[in-house]
Amino acid sequence: MEKPNFLYIDNLCSGDKAFKARLLQIVKEELPDEIQKYRESVLSNNLPNIAACVHKLKHKISILGMEENYHMAERFEENLKSGSYKGRGEFEAILQVMTDFVEEL
Amino acid sequence: MKCIVVDDESASRAIISHLCSQIDYLELIAEFPNAMEAFKYLNKNKVDLIFLDIHMPDFTGFDFIDTLKSPPKIILTTSDRDLAIEAFEYDCIVDYLVKPLELPRFERAIQRAVKTESVPKVNTPDTKEKKDEKKELYVNIDRRLIKIDFEKIFLIEAKGDYILIKTSEKNYTVHSTLKKIEEKLPDHLFLKIHRSYIINFTRIIDIEDNSVLIEKDVVPISRSNRPELMRRLNLL
Repeated sequence: MEKPNFLYIDNLCSGDKAFKARLLQIVKEELPDEIQKYRESVLSNNLPNIAACVHKLKHKISILGMEENYHMAERFEENLKSGSYKGRGEFEAILQVMTDFVEEL
Repeated sequence: MKCIVVDDESASRAIISHLCSQIDYLELIAEFPNAMEAFKYLNKNKVDLIFLDIHMPDFTGFDFIDTLKSPPKIILTTSDRDLAIEAFEYDCIVDYLVKPLELPRFERAIQRAVKTESVPKVNTPDTKEKKDEKKELYVNIDRRLIKIDFEKIFLIEAKGDYILIKTSEKNYTVHSTLKKIEEKLPDHLFLKIHRSYIINFTRIIDIEDNSVLIEKDVVPISRSNRPELMRRLNLL
C-alpha cells in the first residue's frame, strides 16, 4: 500500500518550515475527528453520510501525498453514492496508514 | 483584492491562507468554518472574492450563494470534480479549483477573478419561459449525465445533501437540493408541497386532510403550501 509522504506539503510550503509545522499539526488534530465521524456513519449505516465523510477524508489523503489512495477513496465514495460498500476494506486500510503516520509526527 | 474563505476544514483554510499570502494584491481578511458565520459577516462587510467550499455540513456552497443578494466573485474549492456543470450556472463563480490546491493553478484562478466582470444573475421571464419549454432534465450520477423526462417524475424528496427523484421506472439519488431542482422544473407540472417534497401534481391519486397519495407514496402537505396546491387543481 502507498505510504503517506511530504511531497505535496513540501511543494506547497516551498521552504516555509513554520507553515509546514502548522499544517501538519492541523492534520494531526483534524484527522482523528474525521475518522471518528466516518466510523459513526458506518455504524448508523447511513450511506450518504458515509460518502460525505469519505469525501472530506479524501482531502487529507491528498495532503499526505497519496495519489493512488486518493483515487481508491474516490471510487469508494462513488460506490457509496450508488448504494454499495465496495472498496471499504481498502479505504479503511488507508485510514490506518494515515493514523499510524500522523501519530508519529 | 479583499477576500474571505469559507470552508469547514481547518487544513483547507490554512492552505488557502498560505496561498493568498503568496500573492501581493490579495488580502485575506477573514476565515469562516461554516456558511452561516460568513453570511452574517457579509451582511456588514464588503468583499471582492470568496473562496468557497461546496461540501459543508448543514449548508452547501451552492445554498450559500443562493442566499446572497449580490454575490461577489467566487472561486469554488472542492475535492469533487463532478459539480463543475452546476457551477457554470452561476455567473459569480469565476473558477473551480479541485483540492489539493497548488500555487500555479491557484494563481491562474486569481488572474481569472481579476479579469472577470461578475454579473449578478437575474431570473428573467425569458429564462422562466425556457424552463417551461424543456421536457427533460439531466442529472449527474456517477459522472454520467442521465436524462430524466419530466413527465415520468412523480416525486422529489430532500435527503440531507441529496435529493431522491422518483419516477415510474426507477429512483435516482442525486447530490443536489430541492431549491436547485425546483428552479429547473416546469411550473405546469410541479409544485413544492412541503419543505422536503416536490410533487408532480398531475400524478396525484387522492388528497386527504394534510397528505397526498401519489403513486404509492403518502406525502405530507404543509399548511402554507396547501392553498397553492388547491388553486392548481381542477376542482369541481
